[in-house]
Amino acid sequence: MTIPDFRMKPHHAWRCAVLLLLLAVGSVLGGCRDQTLPLRLTNISGHMPDLDFQLTDDHGKTVTGADYRGKVVLLYFGYTHCPDVCPLTLAQLHVVMQRLGPQADDARILFVSVDPTRDTPEVMHAYVNAFDPRAVGLTGSARAVEALSKRYRSAFTRGPDAGNGAYEVSHSSAIYVFDRDGRARVLATPAASRDDLVHDLHLLLATGAQP
Amino acid sequence: MKPFALASLLAGLLLAGGVHASAADHVHASHGWIRVLPGTLPAGAYVTLQNDGDQPVALNGARSTVYADVMLHRSSTEGGMSRMAMVDTLDIPAHGQAALAPAGYHLMLMQPGTPVKPGDTVTLTLTFTDGSTLPVDFVARPANAMDAGDHSAH
Repeated sequence: MTIPDFRMKPHHAWRCAVLLLLLAVGSVLGGCRDQTLPLRLTNISGHMPDLDFQLTDDHGKTVTGADYRGKVVLLYFGYTHCPDVCPLTLAQLHVVMQRLGPQADDARILFVSVDPTRDTPEVMHAYVNAFDPRAVGLTGSARAVEALSKRYRSAFTRGPDAGNGAYEVSHSSAIYVFDRDGRARVLATPAASRDDLVHDLHLLLATGAQP
Repeated sequence: MKPFALASLLAGLLLAGGVHASAADHVHASHGWIRVLPGTLPAGAYVTLQNDGDQPVALNGARSTVYADVMLHRSSTEGGMSRMAMVDTLDIPAHGQAALAPAGYHLMLMQPGTPVKPGDTVTLTLTFTDGSTLPVDFVARPANAMDAGDHSAH
């Protein structure tokens, strides 16, 4: 179980504990959200920093992490000249979004390009919209992308030029999920069960500040 | 070359051809599909190959009249990193099968001469290490498709 927040007054902590008990017997969700959600995938609550960046979205607009407060965010690093794993992951996330039904409108897939040289906002716009209307393509300076990648201990490397201007990029395959308050909650891999991801997203959509 | 030598050579070649059918003769392809991406971005092509012969065969690539360049690739995810690497061949065991499938072996299709749209059928000519070739129809599917779809599944 969890350690109550040290700032919490004793009677609040008691209420919280009662609520947790209700949760444990499968009752309704509410309040008391910190690190206590019965998430199925890797719970990173409290282990990764809040969502924070300054990048350019696929409409060419400067956006920051704060612009996505109120939404549950799925953050994934990739690049458009990646014909296999990146599209597979985004297609899987599209299926997950479909399974959320109308609730998916409160979630966003943020696809961050680790290849900003080739991935302009225009290229990113066509790309993300081919997968899901709730997907946003983010690009920016190499420095800004690297800062975001490092923030989540994600890595990417650019391979050598194949001689025709083509090159390949190795990149972290993780999907980071943030709650409506921008806090990191779940780490998923592309191989994760879609049922589990849908389950965890339902929990996060039912939690935190509503827009 | 003397006529006799030439005739012998031809006879030998015919005989060899009769005894050892080519790789392509033993391979059956199914569920061929392409994940179409916007613009001229490279696309992945997938197919299941069944070898009904007594000998293993090896795929070493494909040719296309639509895409200027086709490469046999393999994706892998190790230690949380996704990588893609060019590979020379994909073995198809005797009386066995090999699948080109998402997150594994695939044909990377580059520089389409004409735009390929979901619903189109594109013929890719698979090439094997013995020099034989097998034309296979691939159905073009949307970017967010998960598989070949109903079209070729039945």
